[in-house]
Amino acid sequence: MSNIKNGVNRRKVLKGATAGIITAGVAPTIFTKGAWAQEFRNDPKGGDVILGFNVPQTGPYSDEGADELRAYTLAVKHLNGEGDGGMLNTMQPSNLKGNGILGQKVTYVTGDTQTKSDAARDSARRMIERDGALIITGGSSSGVAVAVQALCQEMGTIFMAGLTHSDDTTGKDKKRYGFRHFFNTYMTGAALAPVLKDEYGSDRVAYHLTSDYNWGYTQQRAIKDATEAIGWRTEKTVLTPVGQGDFSQYITPFLNSGADVLILNHYGKDMVNSLTQSIQFGLKDRQVNGKNVEIVVPLFSRLMAQGAGDNIKGILGSANWNWSLQDEGSKAFVKSFGAEYGFPPSMAAHTCYVQTLLYADACERAGTLYPPEVIKALEGHKFDGMGNGATEYRAEDHQCFKDVLVVRGNANPTSQFDLLEVVQEVPRAQVEYDASIFGGELGPYEVS
Amino acid sequence: MFNIPKKDAITFVLFAIVVLTMPIWLTPFGASYPALLQKFAIYALLAVGYNLLFGLTGYLSFGHAAFLGVGSYAAVWSFKLLSMNPVLALSFAILFSGIFALAIGYISLRRSGIYFSILTLAFAQMSYKLAYSVLSPITHGETGLQLTLQDPRAIDLMFIERGSSLPTSNLFGISMSGYSGFYFTAIILLIGFFIAQKITSSPFGMMLKGIKSNENRMNYTGFNTKPYMLTVFVISGIYAGVAGGLLSITDPLAGAERMQWTASGELVLMTILGGVGTLIGPVIGAWLIKYFENIFSAWNESVLHGFFAFLPDGFEDIVVTISSKFVGEGWHLTLGLMFVLVVVFLPGGIMEGARRIGTMFKNNKDKKTKQSSDSEKGEG
Repeated sequence: MSNIKNGVNRRKVLKGATAGIITAGVAPTIFTKGAWAQEFRNDPKGGDVILGFNVPQTGPYSDEGADELRAYTLAVKHLNGEGDGGMLNTMQPSNLKGNGILGQKVTYVTGDTQTKSDAARDSARRMIERDGALIITGGSSSGVAVAVQALCQEMGTIFMAGLTHSDDTTGKDKKRYGFRHFFNTYMTGAALAPVLKDEYGSDRVAYHLTSDYNWGYTQQRAIKDATEAIGWRTEKTVLTPVGQGDFSQYITPFLNSGADVLILNHYGKDMVNSLTQSIQFGLKDRQVNGKNVEIVVPLFSRLMAQGAGDNIKGILGSANWNWSLQDEGSKAFVKSFGAEYGFPPSMAAHTCYVQTLLYADACERAGTLYPPEVIKALEGHKFDGMGNGATEYRAEDHQCFKDVLVVRGNANPTSQFDLLEVVQEVPRAQVEYDASIFGGELGPYEVS
Repeated sequence: MFNIPKKDAITFVLFAIVVLTMPIWLTPFGASYPALLQKFAIYALLAVGYNLLFGLTGYLSFGHAAFLGVGSYAAVWSFKLLSMNPVLALSFAILFSGIFALAIGYISLRRSGIYFSILTLAFAQMSYKLAYSVLSPITHGETGLQLTLQDPRAIDLMFIERGSSLPTSNLFGISMSGYSGFYFTAIILLIGFFIAQKITSSPFGMMLKGIKSNENRMNYTGFNTKPYMLTVFVISGIYAGVAGGLLSITDPLAGAERMQWTASGELVLMTILGGVGTLIGPVIGAWLIKYFENIFSAWNESVLHGFFAFLPDGFEDIVVTISSKFVGEGWHLTLGLMFVLVVVFLPGGIMEGARRIGTMFKNNKDKKTKQSSDSEKGEG
């Protein structure tokens, strides 16, 4: 065989083929780009409005993800005028008529984030590039929220965050196209500290166990600052690996540290394990410095409370929302969710449901689906009747400001869902902060 | 330098055609969108590189995800500090993953067999844990390393003004997202595939195969196998680093979970599923797994109802209920079943299946003319 001839031919063929295909692939995008300013990615042009629900269906937060998906499908039903309408009837001001968004029917596609940034971005890109999703929403972890939010900014696709509690989401990593209804660790600290002072006094020594990742750090910092402001001393902060099954090696040093409050900056299964083991160590029956030892879990959710069982009784924490609230919006939502699925919604479900409605309402107010206009309609928007009282989407960082719940594990639950009792609804003014303290930049409205 | 046997040349041309026409032939499968096409090309490259180590020498590394991660971080830092040019980013990915592979390889290769696997696994897990927490200033831990508006981007900013939005990686103006990004990754894959072909057919490749069949014998005949092993380990690590760099180029974010052991495990699955030791096999394995992960996992009951709509009503519901357990969030189940079937019935992976079918036809033809002789066993 003649190698030279062979090689030249192959290279020629390759060169020609690649050059041809590249031109074919690139040329159309060059010609169509920027033809009209109002043209945007995945414009349904009168067809169905497609929403992309990106939730963890597998992995450690799959319980939350499943509940989020239930809330989303319910929201789509309500937007299309099916079912009893839920919060459509209590939302104020509301421009939703139950005929879809801007008269176009709402449909949805789903993706699995697996609570991994890469997987979440993959499924978001699939929904945007292949399925024509107009917005992406959902998620149950701050890492994923920050990653997907950055992607959506590049893509020019609005991202309505699901459950994400780290300050970074609307702090240093905030984006013009990202919006968060959920509260954050700063608010948790600010809301929890006064209650802790009332309950446990101002002369306490705290000991932190903190999940060794981004959310844990911001949570620990927020609680530390807030409790030190009420006169507490922080004895020690210890980082624990995520997914640790056995926390006994971290609890034993606490017993000998002279601290009398254990703060567990854990979430999900970590929190279930660390709390359960702390109780098994008999912490609640001990006395240090002449005071009862107390345990605090800053971020509580009903799904976690179910996992921890009896151990959460009497434990203080904070929550974004709880189904036992008695305002009109919450009652309407719990009623239609219960009628559909037979049990009350979690706070993850609530925030996702609200986010979907808020997006739809913003489109109605803007009179268009064009993202920059929708973003402007959401920025600074004030609303009520969505379960958290008067709420504002702050324009500077796209963070919702509203009352925060301080909750306690119910000592005498009346049902298997009645696990948290609301101790106090901390008013918005008390948890508000200056948007500039976390830095970050929103970026532009228009992306090419 | 570009001389390869005619058989390899044909394989290469066919492979190039298959890869470059992916946007066309993947359309009926619902997989023809840029993000997934890029993943197909990138993971194929990763699998080709991994097969150089595992397929040729039989050394089972459980730590290749670490190199993938290092490549990703190197590329994103190159974007942040210097320029959005992908070629520069790839050079850094090659450099750092190479150094990293040299260090890990030097220690891990002191042992062979299962001890080698455990060592690489330990190093990869260590890297993952470091990236996740201790090295947060460099890796940004859980939230992942991202571009920001304030990045220095020293080289880029000498030529252009700082824009108001985040820059995207581009090769002298050609954007690296979308279809042009896919063709960039595809061309890198073809280059990688060609180099792998060269290595496999070279004397160096023969040496590696010798190590696989019996390392002791190689030693006794006077060859010091250590340098060969280390070289191929570094080459394989660089392949993973390039794949990691490409992941960052097409989507500028590097997260720690890329280094998790499950990512290494996935790579082993890809290689075994497709066929260890063959060149094409690992590529097919990579495509199958990525297809399952991205497309199969998105099928929900409404898709299935559409699919089985031709069945009678009551029966349709039963079929959908049963099959829905295997798609959507149950995609791992289907993949697992497929893996078990392949390992039990086709130990050589999908490539062995293809070869058996090939020989079946050949034998039939041979019988007609004359008694069949033993079919030759090709090396893919």
